[in-house]
Amino acid sequence: MKHYISLAFFIVVVMGLPMIVRNPYYVGTLVFVGIYSLITISLSLLLGYAGQISLGHAAFYGIGAYTSGLLATRCHLSPWIGLVCAAVVAGVLAYSIGRPVLKLRGHYLAMATLGFGEIVYIFLNSTVELTGGPSGFGQIPRFAVGAFSFKNDTRFYYLVWVTVIILLVLVLNVINSRIGRALRSIHGSETAANTMGVNTASYKMQVFVFSAAVSSIAGAYYAHYVTFVSPATFDANTSILLVTMVIIGGMSNVWGAILGALLLGTLPEYLRTFGDYDILIYGAIMLIIMMFAPEGLAGIAAAVKRKFEGTLVPRAAA
Amino acid sequence: MDALAITLQYVFTGVAIGSIYAMVGLGFNIIYNCTGIINFAQGEFVMLGGMFMVTLTTVWKLPVGIAFPIAVLLVVLVGIGFERIAIHPLKNPSVLVLIMITIAGSILIKGLAMFAWGKEARYLPHFSGETPINIMGATILPQTLWVLASLLTVVVGLAYFFNRTLIGKAMRACAHNPDAARLVGISVKQMVTLSFGLSSGIGAIAGVVITPIILMDYQRGAMLALKGFGAAILGGLGSAPGAVLAGLLIGILESLGAGYISSHYKDAIALIVLLGVLFVRPGGLLGSADVQRLKKF
Repeated sequence: MKHYISLAFFIVVVMGLPMIVRNPYYVGTLVFVGIYSLITISLSLLLGYAGQISLGHAAFYGIGAYTSGLLATRCHLSPWIGLVCAAVVAGVLAYSIGRPVLKLRGHYLAMATLGFGEIVYIFLNSTVELTGGPSGFGQIPRFAVGAFSFKNDTRFYYLVWVTVIILLVLVLNVINSRIGRALRSIHGSETAANTMGVNTASYKMQVFVFSAAVSSIAGAYYAHYVTFVSPATFDANTSILLVTMVIIGGMSNVWGAILGALLLGTLPEYLRTFGDYDILIYGAIMLIIMMFAPEGLAGIAAAVKRKFEGTLVPRAAA
Repeated sequence: MDALAITLQYVFTGVAIGSIYAMVGLGFNIIYNCTGIINFAQGEFVMLGGMFMVTLTTVWKLPVGIAFPIAVLLVVLVGIGFERIAIHPLKNPSVLVLIMITIAGSILIKGLAMFAWGKEARYLPHFSGETPINIMGATILPQTLWVLASLLTVVVGLAYFFNRTLIGKAMRACAHNPDAARLVGISVKQMVTLSFGLSSGIGAIAGVVITPIILMDYQRGAMLALKGFGAAILGGLGSAPGAVLAGLLIGILESLGAGYISSHYKDAIALIVLLGVLFVRPGGLLGSADVQRLKKF
C-alpha cells in the first residue's frame, strides 16, 4: 500500500514537471535522466537484489541504440519495431553470455563484464562499413504514431517517463513477490538460497536478461531522441557511471536508482564551469560516497530515520 | 622479409608489450595475495610511471639513470598514499565497495594526470637510441631489450624478496593466513600498505620502459590494466610465474593477431582470451588451488 502512495506522488510530480520546467534545454536533460533511470532501475534489480555486479551494461545500452538506429536508417523499419528488435537482440546476447558469466563472482564477474563491454565497444568502432566506426552515424528517424511525431523535447519527455513509470510498477511488483524474495536470498547467501530450494542460477539469469533488454530499450530511446549515435557514448566510463548511479542512490532501493540517475545525470550541468576537470570532482564524489556511505543516499535516509524514531519512541514501547 | 622473419618480427613486438602485461599482472597478484582485492587502479600506476619519467627527463633534463628511480619512487608514494587514504580506514568493506573504491581511485588519478600533463600523448626518447638490432632478418629495438631486462630484474627481485627476506616472508605469511600471521606478530595492515607500494612500483617500472615505444597519455592505463588482469587470470590468479608466462603469451597472440588478422581487433583478442579463460578455466593455466579461492568471494 505504501508503495502505491509513493508511486501516485511520483506520477503526479513527473507528469507536472514539464509545466514548471519550460526551458527546452532542461527538459532535454530530464529526458536523459529518464533514459538513465530505465537502466538504473533494472540494474538495481541485478546489483542490489540479486547481488550481481555488471560493469558492462553500457554495451547493452549501445547494442540497443545501434540495433534500432541501424534498422531504421538502413532497413527503413519503424522505430517501434526497432525498439522490440533491440530488446530481443540484447536479451538473446545476455542469455548466451550469461551462462558462463554468471557462474563467476565478485572481482571475476566485474572484470568479465568489463571485458565484455570493451569487446562490444571495440566492435562498434571497428565495423566501419556497417556502423560508421568511431564517427558513428546520424539521421536516425524519431518515434511517431501516425502523423504524431515525438519531435520536441516535451513530447519525448512524456514518452520516456511513461515508460519509466511502467517499468517502476513492474519492478515494484516483482520485488514484493516470490521472485523478489528469492533474489534477496541470493544476495544474502547464494549457498543458503540454493539449500532452501531457490533455483539461483535461473533467477540470476532472468534478472540479467531482463536488465539487458531494458538497457537496450533505453539505448533505442537514446538513438531516436538524439538521432545520432557514436561508440564514445557506450564506453566503459558509461558502464561505471551507471553502476555509480545505482550505488549512490542506494543499491537495494528502486527509488534510489532514480535518485542516482537524477543526481549524476544532472551533475554535468553543475560542473559545467569546471570544464574538463569535472572528472576529478566526479571521482572524488564517488570515492567519498563509497568510503563513508556505501549504502548510498537511501542508506543515509534510513539511518537518519532510525535515529529519529529511536529518540521519539522508546524501544520498549515500539 | 620472408614469412619466418615477419612472424619473428611480430613475436618481438609481442614480447615487448607482453612484458608490460606480465608486470601489470604481477602487480595485481601481489595486492590480491595480500588482501584479496583486485586493484582496478593498477593500470594508472603504469601511466603515472611513464608520465613522471617524461617530466623528469624532458623538463628537468635529468639523465635516465637518475630519473628512472625517482619516477618509480614517486609512483610508489602515490600507491601507498592511495592505500592509506582510501582503503586503510575501511572496516569490513564488501567486494563491491572495494571494486568501486579502486575504480574511483583510478578515475581520480586519471583526472589528476589530465590536469598535470594534458590530453595529448607524451613522447619520451628511447633510452639507448633507435638503431634496430638485426636478428634472423627481423629487427629488435634497443628499448625492447630495456623492457625485457626490466621484466627479468622485477622477477628476480621479487623471487629474492619473497623467499629470502624477512619482510617478504612476512607478506607471504599474510597471504596464506592473515590470522595466523597476526598471531606471530606480523602487522597485517602494514603488509597491505607495503603490497600497494610494491605493486605500484612494479607498475611504474613497466610504464617507464614502455613509454618510448607506445607513447603515453592519461587514459592509457585502463586497457593496460584489463590486459594485465588477463595475464594474471590466465596464469592463475596469485601465481607469479603464471602471470609472466601468460603476459608474454597474450602479448605475442595480440601481435600475431594484429599482423595476420586485423589490427582493428588487436585489443579484442586479449579480451576474448580473458573471457575464454574465465569461462572455461577460471583457475588459469597453472593454477588449481585458486579455484577454491574463488569461493572466498
